[in-house]
Amino acid sequence: MKAGLLATICGLAAAWIAFCLLVWGFGESPREIAGQLFEGTWGTAYGTGQVLFKATPLLLTGVAIDLALRAGLFNIGAEGQLAVASLAAAMVGSHLPEGTSALYALPLVLLVAAFAGGLWALVPAVLRARFGAHEVISTIMMNRIADAAIGLVLGLGFALKGTVRTQGLAAGAHVPRLERFLPSLRGSGVSVALVAGVVLALFVGWSYRRTRFGREVSLVGMNPIACGAERIPVRWRLAQALILSGAICGLVSSATVLGYKGYFEQGLGAGAGFGGLAVALLGRGNGVGLVLAALLFGTLQQGGLAINAYVPMELMDVIQGVVITSVALADARVRAVVMRTAKGAFG
Amino acid sequence: MTFGETVLSVTMLAQTVRMAVPYACAALGGVWSERGGVVNIALEGTLLVSGLTAVAVHVATGSAAAGALAAVVAGGAFALVHGLLVARERVDAIVSGIALNLVAAGGTRFVLRSLYDSSSNSPSVAGFAVHVGGRASPAMSLLLRTLTDPLTILTVVATAVTLFTLYRTRFGLRVRACGEDPQAASSAGVPVVPVRVLAVTIGGMMCGLGGAALAFDQHQFQSGMSGGRGFIALAAVILSGWRPVRAVLACVAFAALDALQIVLQDQSRIPREVVEMFPYAATLASLVVIGLTRGAGRPPAGLGRHTEAA
Repeated sequence: MKAGLLATICGLAAAWIAFCLLVWGFGESPREIAGQLFEGTWGTAYGTGQVLFKATPLLLTGVAIDLALRAGLFNIGAEGQLAVASLAAAMVGSHLPEGTSALYALPLVLLVAAFAGGLWALVPAVLRARFGAHEVISTIMMNRIADAAIGLVLGLGFALKGTVRTQGLAAGAHVPRLERFLPSLRGSGVSVALVAGVVLALFVGWSYRRTRFGREVSLVGMNPIACGAERIPVRWRLAQALILSGAICGLVSSATVLGYKGYFEQGLGAGAGFGGLAVALLGRGNGVGLVLAALLFGTLQQGGLAINAYVPMELMDVIQGVVITSVALADARVRAVVMRTAKGAFG
Repeated sequence: MTFGETVLSVTMLAQTVRMAVPYACAALGGVWSERGGVVNIALEGTLLVSGLTAVAVHVATGSAAAGALAAVVAGGAFALVHGLLVARERVDAIVSGIALNLVAAGGTRFVLRSLYDSSSNSPSVAGFAVHVGGRASPAMSLLLRTLTDPLTILTVVATAVTLFTLYRTRFGLRVRACGEDPQAASSAGVPVVPVRVLAVTIGGMMCGLGGAALAFDQHQFQSGMSGGRGFIALAAVILSGWRPVRAVLACVAFAALDALQIVLQDQSRIPREVVEMFPYAATLASLVVIGLTRGAGRPPAGLGRHTEAA
């Protein structure tokens, strides 16, 4: 745990250096831009709300990808899973009879979304469990197929004429925004989905240690051969982890379709799948860690918009990659030192 | 023209060759890296970085050759980072690949905005302008232009060089030894880490050639223009059993599906989106085939393994 914390700090330091270098290379003052970044994010109530809004999909995909990662699987297909699920949620949500109570509408729509996300992850899961196909390749392919499939479905008449968006949701299928409870967040898109996401992250983090399923999934990730010898159904656990990961990705629609737009349009939520990878690789099986990582990358995303007038916001994607690389690098270094020390003590 | 005539036309052949070049280069990159024992999903990012470099240098110098050369250097440099992180620092190869792909995707858009004030595409470039004389039909002249394109020729050369170096030279033997059993290679005095880093870098340079081909073919760089090709090429590598010539042939098959998309775009019987799915669905299908025919292609035994703590 301490080593992990050290690695994270190294990663953040590297990210800061990269930020300064890139901003300076672009011909702006890093200190001024950092000031702008803070002003546009945590500086105001609205900015804070927007950070939380951006962090919600990242948190949900982060939890989802982390779950697969515990089992040793890289779910790079979050992008496609959440897109397909969002479309499914919007299609069902918009066809509910007007006046359906939120008590039925919300669970139904979320269930559909989770089901669709899980279904999209089913293909890589089966390919992996049955045929040993590497999930990195198959999930990427499923992302591409999702893009085309969504275009196809929207083109078949599920989109409003001349647009790439679906009809609006029935009133009962909306997730309420937080501004209804905290008036100072007025205007920002953050919704109750954030609260649900935090609860889910803490629950999933807890279940790795405290439930049989979670324990088995993380043990399979550590040593599948030993787990097989202990009669844990390894392939089945791998498939379950990936499908469950897809289902959680489907819940991203609660923040985007149900909590913000009120309909699905092509590209809604895009990018959260890859941002979630960064969150998962930083949070690593720890609920609180996942929440903090989502806040960090949410801040970077919102901050990117705040500084876009001075420095291209694409800078933040680079920073995201730098954070992952340097955390992984620091982690490997720390591990090497620990190994060497252990060898010195016992060898 | 009937469906069959469309599929068997000269246009189709020309488009297939044209689309095969980036795939084949990326696959050669994958073969080099993975035969050395380093899993490389950073091919996707390598294509992007080298594609943008090719265009940027072409715009700056006005020379397509300089652009292609710069792309090769950029591809090698990008892969070098992956090689150092994985072989030397022992970072998980998938994590490193994911991170580098993110850096490449964001970085290319950042540089596009910085240089050309657009995050989606660069100004257009000429590429290698090959003139085909005579009164050839449009389809035939496209085929001739593609076949005589320096990048196509270089791809063939790169395949031959890979084949010769990997199987007929001492260095190639060392690369394969590091990929099969790093511990044994190390015991025999092979410097595993430098050999692996070099193999990944050589692969990156070949992949860089593919990035240049991709960008010059479109006469500009578009953000995200690699479109999963790095991953499809990796599937081709696995399908081929990590053998260079078979990998290139598998790439030609995937390219044919891409070409089908171009050839069929004027017809209305099959929706465009369905045709778009072909290469990706075919990749999934090939993964199933790989799973069913275990033993036809065995991965290098040392893939992803390191020597014991030195």
